[in-house]
Amino acid sequence: MTVVARDGDAGAAAGASRPAAVTRLFASMAGLDTLSKIWWTCLSIGLFAGIWELCWAFGWADPKLLPPPHIFLGNIAEQGKFFNTATRWQVGQSMNAAPSAFESVMITVGATTMRVFAGLVIASVLAISIGVMVRYWHVFDRLVLPTITLLSPVSPIAWLPVAIFMFGIGNAPAIFMVVVALFFHMVLATISQIDNVSPNLINVARTMGATKRQIYARVIVPAILPGMLAVLRLNLFGAWMVVLIAESTGVGYGMGQVIMLARNTFNPSLVFFTIAVIGVLGFTFDWLLRLAQRRILYWLPDTKEKLRVL
Amino acid sequence: MSSDRAPTFSSKDAVVCRGVGKIWAAGTKRAHEALRDIDLDIQPGEFVVFIGPSGCGKSTLLYLISGLEDATEGQIWSFSDKVETPSPDRSLIFQETSLFPWLTVWQNVSFGLAIRGASQAERRAVAAEALQRVGLSAAIDKRPDELSGGMRQRVAVARALAMRPKVLLMDEPFAALDVQTRARMQDFLLDVWRDSGASVLFVTHHIDEAVALADRVVVFTARPGRIKTVFPIVLPRPRNLFSREAEAIRIQLTELLRDEVDRAFAEQEALAATA
Repeated sequence: MTVVARDGDAGAAAGASRPAAVTRLFASMAGLDTLSKIWWTCLSIGLFAGIWELCWAFGWADPKLLPPPHIFLGNIAEQGKFFNTATRWQVGQSMNAAPSAFESVMITVGATTMRVFAGLVIASVLAISIGVMVRYWHVFDRLVLPTITLLSPVSPIAWLPVAIFMFGIGNAPAIFMVVVALFFHMVLATISQIDNVSPNLINVARTMGATKRQIYARVIVPAILPGMLAVLRLNLFGAWMVVLIAESTGVGYGMGQVIMLARNTFNPSLVFFTIAVIGVLGFTFDWLLRLAQRRILYWLPDTKEKLRVL
Repeated sequence: MSSDRAPTFSSKDAVVCRGVGKIWAAGTKRAHEALRDIDLDIQPGEFVVFIGPSGCGKSTLLYLISGLEDATEGQIWSFSDKVETPSPDRSLIFQETSLFPWLTVWQNVSFGLAIRGASQAERRAVAAEALQRVGLSAAIDKRPDELSGGMRQRVAVARALAMRPKVLLMDEPFAALDVQTRARMQDFLLDVWRDSGASVLFVTHHIDEAVALADRVVVFTARPGRIKTVFPIVLPRPRNLFSREAEAIRIQLTELLRDEVDRAFAEQEALAATA
């Protein structure tokens, strides 16, 4: 998209000197670029699904265990009703009294997405604040950093009982799990980002008489933003993984519950359908974050473009 | 060394160094002496170039004068103020691009004013004026990544000028530029220097650059850096760098440097052998 935007800019800038036709050509090339990206994405997924379907056609993949996409996507409506976990556990609720299959899927997807989003936001805000504070106050560094380093290798699974002890059942333990899985790494990542800020930038601010607070607010925080967004993107997938673990035990409904239900009822179609939904959601989240990255961090050079021409 | 030496300087001097020494990582295993016993007086409005073998501490001295680093020995004054912290009176310009990539050109140039809480209108006016002095008025709303290396260094100079410094410290500012651009930048810098009336302390390892720019050339010894000679260049400006006089000065400076570069090499080889 950066490329698209830059090409657009170049076209617009050149518009003054070059004929309008060239400008339009630039614009259409920018459009083609997006189209080709979509095409390649479809091809990539199609290739994967095609190999799977072939395996099924040759009889290598047992449709009862590894149902190919046309089977597990073919009965969406039927699978959808299993997503109705929202009220399943309530006494006196029958399967049929529940919302429609489509509504069930939406409720479940919405709930899980909300947990991931809330967890990401809380973890980022906390981690960046703590990371900056660690470098800002030396005492805080010595007081807090050892504990954070000590806790960061602990697997999210180990936090699961803690989440339930502290928050019981509901949204809170799932969000807590996402936060606790990301927080410690993100603090350490923030600190390493701060340590990598070019000393020249800090020195420039110092020679201009900036105070410590001004240096942090006007130089260090903007300088670490690009790296932090990259860290956030990497942790986004981590968040999606953890939320499923949390939901499979600690919460009444959500994608994790659907996976557990599929496991307990031996329903591979439902597993693959849920995996497909999670994949699409994760992909969309990542795409939105990349979009935000390009909007916010317009000044970053496009290394990917440079690697492509090698 | 001799911090007891009485400071004998007139209060009008732009920079005064007395017995200045610097040991990096003092008190640790990695401690190494960068500078020893530097005595130096720089007049207001003077253009002084530091040359010496690489690693001789000429950049270190610039950092000490800027106040970004503390001297381990001796004292530094600037216009009769003791140098202890960085000050907007002494602007430092770096070799690498040091523009803030997230700010536009004018926001970069007026960064120092933003810190003092100046209004946006005032900041933009100061930036416009400083950019005009470096011939980059058209780039006021551009971002640093849209500029060439030479333009970025001109913006860095504009940013320094916007603070109206009395001393301009330049650490190999044109080293990353190609030869043609560098020659243009030298002419440009001389214009800026004449207009601003500031003293310029300029670190380089190009003898040509020293001959083109300096009122006086300070030649450093190999590590630990001491002042070997202070060499005045009395050629009239604008200078013809291809004249016989310029050539003679170039040869003299090359001779002065050669021994030191040889010594620096020998030392590095000895270090490599022990390592």
